[in-house]
Amino acid sequence: MAVTKMFGASVKRREDPRMITGRANYTDDVRLPGTLSLVILRSPYAHARIKSINVEKARQMPGVVAVYTGKDLVDSLAPVPCAWLPPNSDLKVPEYRALAVDTVRYVGDGVAAVVAENRYQAQDAAAAIEVEYEMLPAVVDQEKATQDGAPQLYADVPNNTAFVWRLAGGDIDAALRDADVVVSQRLINHRLIPTAMEPRAAVAHYNPGSGELTLWCTSQNPHIHRLLMSAVTGIPETKIRVIATDVGGGFGSKIPFYAGEMIAVAISKDLGRPVKWVEDRRENFVATTHGRDHIDYVDVAAKQDGTITGIRVKAYANMGAYLSTAAPGVPTWLFGLMLSGPYKIPNISVEVHGVLTNTTPTDAYRGAGRPEATYVLERMMDLVADRLGMDPVEVRRKNFIPKEEFPYTVATTLQYDSGDYEAALNRALEIVGYEQFRKEQEAARAQGRLLGIGFSTYVEVCGLAPSQAAGAMGFQGGLWESATVRVHPSGKVSVFTGSNPHGQGEETTFAQLVADELGVPLDDVEIVHGDTGRIPFGMGTYGSRSTAVGGSALIYAARKVRDKGAKIAAHLLEVSPDDIVFDQGRYYVKGAPDRVKTFQEVAGAAYLAWNMPEGVTPGLEETHFFDPINNTYPFGTHVCVVEVDPATGKVQFLRYVAVDDVGNVINPMIVDGQVHGGIAQGLAQAVYETAVYDENGQLLSGSLMDYALPTASMVPTYEVDRTVTPTPVNPMGLKGAGETGTIASTPAVVNAIIDALKPYGITHLDMPLTPQRIWQAIQESQKGS
Amino acid sequence: MYPAAFEYYRATSVPEVVQLLQQHPDGKILAGGHSLLPMMKLRLAEPAALIDIGRVPDLNGIQDAGDSIVVGATTTYWNLLQSDVIRQSLPLITEAANVVGDIQVRNRGTLGGAMAHADPAADMPAVALALDASMKVVGPNGERTIPASEFFVDMFTTALSPDEVLTQIIFPKPQGTSGQAYEKFAHPASGYAVVGVAAFVTLDGGKVQTVRVGITGAGTVAKRASAVEQALAGQEPTEQAIESAAAHAAEGLELNGDIFASEEYRAHLARVFTQRALSRAVAAARG
Repeated sequence: MAVTKMFGASVKRREDPRMITGRANYTDDVRLPGTLSLVILRSPYAHARIKSINVEKARQMPGVVAVYTGKDLVDSLAPVPCAWLPPNSDLKVPEYRALAVDTVRYVGDGVAAVVAENRYQAQDAAAAIEVEYEMLPAVVDQEKATQDGAPQLYADVPNNTAFVWRLAGGDIDAALRDADVVVSQRLINHRLIPTAMEPRAAVAHYNPGSGELTLWCTSQNPHIHRLLMSAVTGIPETKIRVIATDVGGGFGSKIPFYAGEMIAVAISKDLGRPVKWVEDRRENFVATTHGRDHIDYVDVAAKQDGTITGIRVKAYANMGAYLSTAAPGVPTWLFGLMLSGPYKIPNISVEVHGVLTNTTPTDAYRGAGRPEATYVLERMMDLVADRLGMDPVEVRRKNFIPKEEFPYTVATTLQYDSGDYEAALNRALEIVGYEQFRKEQEAARAQGRLLGIGFSTYVEVCGLAPSQAAGAMGFQGGLWESATVRVHPSGKVSVFTGSNPHGQGEETTFAQLVADELGVPLDDVEIVHGDTGRIPFGMGTYGSRSTAVGGSALIYAARKVRDKGAKIAAHLLEVSPDDIVFDQGRYYVKGAPDRVKTFQEVAGAAYLAWNMPEGVTPGLEETHFFDPINNTYPFGTHVCVVEVDPATGKVQFLRYVAVDDVGNVINPMIVDGQVHGGIAQGLAQAVYETAVYDENGQLLSGSLMDYALPTASMVPTYEVDRTVTPTPVNPMGLKGAGETGTIASTPAVVNAIIDALKPYGITHLDMPLTPQRIWQAIQESQKGS
Repeated sequence: MYPAAFEYYRATSVPEVVQLLQQHPDGKILAGGHSLLPMMKLRLAEPAALIDIGRVPDLNGIQDAGDSIVVGATTTYWNLLQSDVIRQSLPLITEAANVVGDIQVRNRGTLGGAMAHADPAADMPAVALALDASMKVVGPNGERTIPASEFFVDMFTTALSPDEVLTQIIFPKPQGTSGQAYEKFAHPASGYAVVGVAAFVTLDGGKVQTVRVGITGAGTVAKRASAVEQALAGQEPTEQAIESAAAHAAEGLELNGDIFASEEYRAHLARVFTQRALSRAVAAARG
């Protein structure tokens, strides 16, 4: 069968038909006989001592099987673990119990758990549990939480400071001292709520006979969940199977290991019955991790000609009430290491205070640290341009790392693999028609219309690896990936990947890779993921790493298969393996293309094994664990054009141009989709989404009626283009595309709005740039004049 | 997202609805359910009984009654959007119905439900005020008609008695040279009106004869902007006259404030959107 090259083809996503016709198998779709419904009663207060809990009334209610409090689970569950422990940061990990034992520390902290025959009964019983609280003062602002006299969350974490992490390259003091100008700004990168379409859920089924636990749950990394579940319950890893095949989005919020699934497991084990727990949306808002939430004090040293000579950042990162699984790594390594961006900045210093507050714990959220770093740099670039009277494009261009200098090591020690930053910038300027726009803007301003253009020239780190670096950063795991390629006797192929796509489309793109490597039809390749009972140990999907790292693992596994096949084909064709050519699924003799064995014939021969070459074992299956030598560094330029209504402060998006360079592209349509979704999320931070707590720690934006997720009508039409600069660190030359949109778009939008407001002398506003905030800023600017 | 237990009754006639309301003082009428059911799922409302009027004959439909257009209480936004007679005589309704919620809400939500629920940020109360609608209600003592200007009492509170059901909304047909417009500043999350302004004007000899402005979202209850109306009535509706009249838009409003829009900002938006709605209504009247 003729097979054309799949790499580079916009194949439609094979996972979509089941997803969009309601035939996917999400955790809530798992229905086991005898399943009990679990409801977790959560604290309505941000900080309080639990004086008493009376569960008697709840126990007597119809359908209720059991009620548990924190004390009931202390023996069966170890605390919720933290698994990213940055060294040399004086890290303190406070005890995080699945259900609070004597103190609740955020609205949403678990207090008691009810299991009943159905969800309604469990919900009614939870409402009947009587908890007597003694209110304690709460603190939600991370900067205030570090001040003397602030309410203390833990006796053993002074000033609520869980860690102070520092990184420095060059001599920042000298750079600031010798600068022509120092531009300083306090920037708030506010808190966001990931809001995946599928809330978190778990079905725990402990079989008391075999001692085996099967756990269906919403996980981006099922093997990590298995390992941690073993650690907190004492059930051996060999007896735990975690299944997270269909997961309805995660954006980082399904990396962490949570109390919810721990409680479900403990109760299933206790009662010997399956237990299902499914968040409702309101619970999802408080019980699933949030993202971002930085306050950054930034000083940039620059010369008169726009050359940036140094950047100093002091950041206060809000960690929430406890340290979530990967949380300490996000505002430290994933933020600090990226503070050079695409620029040559010889002197960099960063100090990050990880602060505990009476809020929902934070952790990775699409981009995780890199959007925060990019926001700092791109906002500061505009402020430097403004101070020096330069065009913001020229300040960026002046500081770019030139393409000839790659691989390039920045002051934070990262070595960037490859790049051509000017090419992406030039392409974006060409698409947007920059010079023409500036003329239109001037004409519009003369009429009192507020047009603005904003740029974001970014670089990000993807393909999170290698394992040695993970170790140095205190990440309690490797950052390799695994793949098994199993060819069946008919020549059909099963691929078992340790990556766990949950919306990214790897059931399609991975099949494209394997179809090319083995020369088989796409439909002959199935991608198996998300089930620890079927796949080799894998690290999961996050940090735009699945294709760069997991895809490489399966390329190498497929090549091992192909090479073994060549030995078998050579034997069958009675020539030396060196004389075999493999092309599009056919092994033939060099110079004699009619002497041929198809891949399918070879697969059949491998399993019949009647006639195998000497020293070659039967079967056709190979596994590869891939640990890359470096990360990958996608980059690009995003440009946003807006008009602001001066009467209301409302922003209208006129254009959005994205030129990304993610290296080679397997499936352009899927990459476009990733870019589109990413821009929507990043843009939403700039103008729509914001998690708002009041002083008492109540989440005021705790529903989709208040928290403004963008809909299609709220975002512009995207003009997406690409430049292609392959990476040398993996066999495909690709870099990763899952987060570029989110990382790049936020500052592009903010910069555009601030540019539009330039006639009012406004140089900075903190996000989200809601109509009210813009209108107020305009009012205030006019008061002064 | 799991409501507390409740009883469910499906009424087959208006008298039966009234009877059920008397039997179940803690009951609530269920029409489209797009306001009530979300509140029940959040357990913000826990009615002991739901009285479903969705299948009561004669409550659904739009009738041209000569001088007026009569809309049955269970008529959905979608029904309104499909109606030619509404689009021709009362384009304000079409315009406003088109920006209510989303397609799902417009398919299920009813005009009567919007009136009886009296959400302070709902669109339709402002429209009813601007069009001088009246509400026909039926109770144990028979039928009565309440003008829109007296119907909306406070946040989620109307002039309906607990044992009364709203059956019809009656809109007088505009006479003479008239224009209508609805201007809405929608909340980016909920889609409700942060401020919504419905304007109706008639012109006579180039001057404003009648002007009615209904404002929703800005205050605790939808209200007529009387000061605006007084300022513009009898005037030639120049841009300047409209602007100075609209400056009174927030007068008499008990303003709402929340994390998205403060009281001060809502007052400002009320002025801006009143001006915009009046300008468009006047332009429409001038043809």
